[in-house]
Amino acid sequence: MKIHQISLFAENKPGHIAAPARLLAQEGIDIRSLYLADTQQYGILRMIVSDWQKAAGILEAHGFAAKVTEVLAVEVPDRPGGLADVLEALEGTGINIEYMYAFPYTRGDQAILIFRFNNPDAAIAQLQTAGINLLAGDELLKK
Amino acid sequence: MNSLQQNHASALQSRDEAVDPAVYDAGVKLGTGDPGTPSTEIMETSAADCHPASMPDYTPLPELRNVQLQRLQAVVARAWQQVELFQSRLVERGLKPEDIRSLEEIAKLPFTEKSDLRDTYPFGLFASPMKDVVRLHVSSGTTGKPIVVAYTKEDVEVWTSVMVRCLAGCGLHRGDIIQNAYGYGLFTGGLGAHYGAEGLGATVVPASGGNADRQIMLMKDFGVTAMCCTPTYFLHLIDRAAELGVDMKELPLRVGVFGAEPWTESMRKHIETMSRIEAFDIYGLSEIIGPGVGCECRRHQGLHIFEDHFYPEIVDPATGEPLPEGTEGELVLTTLSKQAMPMIRYRTRDITMIFPGRCACGRTLRRIGRIGRRSDDMLIIRGVNVFPSQVESALLEIEGTLPNYQILLTREQGLDQMEVLVEVTAQMFNDKIGALQELQGRIQSALDHVLGIRVRVALVEPHSLERSEGKAKRVIDRRAS
Repeated sequence: MKIHQISLFAENKPGHIAAPARLLAQEGIDIRSLYLADTQQYGILRMIVSDWQKAAGILEAHGFAAKVTEVLAVEVPDRPGGLADVLEALEGTGINIEYMYAFPYTRGDQAILIFRFNNPDAAIAQLQTAGINLLAGDELLKK
Repeated sequence: MNSLQQNHASALQSRDEAVDPAVYDAGVKLGTGDPGTPSTEIMETSAADCHPASMPDYTPLPELRNVQLQRLQAVVARAWQQVELFQSRLVERGLKPEDIRSLEEIAKLPFTEKSDLRDTYPFGLFASPMKDVVRLHVSSGTTGKPIVVAYTKEDVEVWTSVMVRCLAGCGLHRGDIIQNAYGYGLFTGGLGAHYGAEGLGATVVPASGGNADRQIMLMKDFGVTAMCCTPTYFLHLIDRAAELGVDMKELPLRVGVFGAEPWTESMRKHIETMSRIEAFDIYGLSEIIGPGVGCECRRHQGLHIFEDHFYPEIVDPATGEPLPEGTEGELVLTTLSKQAMPMIRYRTRDITMIFPGRCACGRTLRRIGRIGRRSDDMLIIRGVNVFPSQVESALLEIEGTLPNYQILLTREQGLDQMEVLVEVTAQMFNDKIGALQELQGRIQSALDHVLGIRVRVALVEPHSLERSEGKAKRVIDRRAS
């Protein structure tokens, strides 16, 4: 159920995302989704890629500060209130969203959101109980 | 004048009495610049070029050399008797105090290094029992441990007397209002300048460091005529005054006594143009006494060393061999009259030279050039000593942090700013912004704790910091003035 996401440290300066992006491209790795969390000084580039193990290996070998994190891909009905319903299922459980971002592809009438929870296992259980669909890695990467 | 002549006479009489403590005591009193109790009139009319307190600065050379030798022999004997480390080093070399028969033979004596002060922390180099010690000051050392310096009552008197001579040499006298913006406290700058200014009979405004707006208000409202602070702080005050609509050039301020950090001739010109004052470079270091080891006179042709108390040598920083006048090398100082903590051939790490020839002012005291650089990597930031190795040890204290860092020094509004760039390693890196900010905060507080000054911390990409020949370039100094 868990999706492997690559996170990369980058200084908040022009051109600092270009080098890792070029590197991944050269290795034929497709970036399926990305999100840049930034502060004034630096940013964290979070990516879902076609081959996370390869990507992590390449980035590490080239001296980037990269990390693999586990996130969840949650299907959310693509209509008003879709997100609110998902969040409601977590209310009162103490499960906290550390960050979230949208996945650019939809499946039918479902949007896909990427979540990092403070307690992913509890979140999986809670969401499944509420009948919310979580996607596995291979499902997510199918266009 | 009379008391001065008497002092010389007593020193000359006792010249042959090797290491009798009485000689030592006589030596201490000699040339402390105490002109007895001159009448107020004499002090007040001393706005002329030569202040009575400056008389020892003009001691004829044969007498000065005699006094220096007397004192050198006495201080070596004292250190031999009281300081274990010094005695053992002489024994290792097969030396005894009586082997020092001339000033040149000072070169036989072992050096004292800053590390000796650290290794014997806190009281290992004291030559006086605590009952005779009236003051302790603390300055930062090369690692987390500071160094401690001690003063007897007589040491404080000598310190005051040399500071009086510094200020007198800057053309200050009774009637001047001196604002002292050196930090008061463990740092020697504040109290050293304070005692000197009071000793001169001037009015002291003990403002201490910080609060520029208040400093400017005091300068303006009190009609302050002289300012003691670091040159960068004064630059900051100039800028701030302009913002507050105060024109420094219109104030009664006429003298600035600037030290505790290296500065340049171009900075002097800038200061003098912007504030219409006469700026003087003052030199000192806690290990020797604090401020007052040397100071410029009104000729501004180098800094006169008060060598009746502090004997200067220039040595090759690599080999330790003495170098002749006019050759650049490391300044080595010996305290000739210090009781509580004699420093014999202390390696200052300051690179300068002794100017050949006598100053046009007529002082017989030798002069050194402005301190432009240091032979080690010590940085002086806002008057505080900082070593790159301190940054290293602070980073190593934090779990997962490697000392891949660079120190970036800049000057903003006349104030030194220190930024520590730390490379983020894969181990340190965390996917959450909050965790990185927390890491940044931990590095910040570790550095604040070790360095004792506020620095900025920036996280940078791995391998992004400049390295030359595999060696990290630790310090980028952009404080050009």
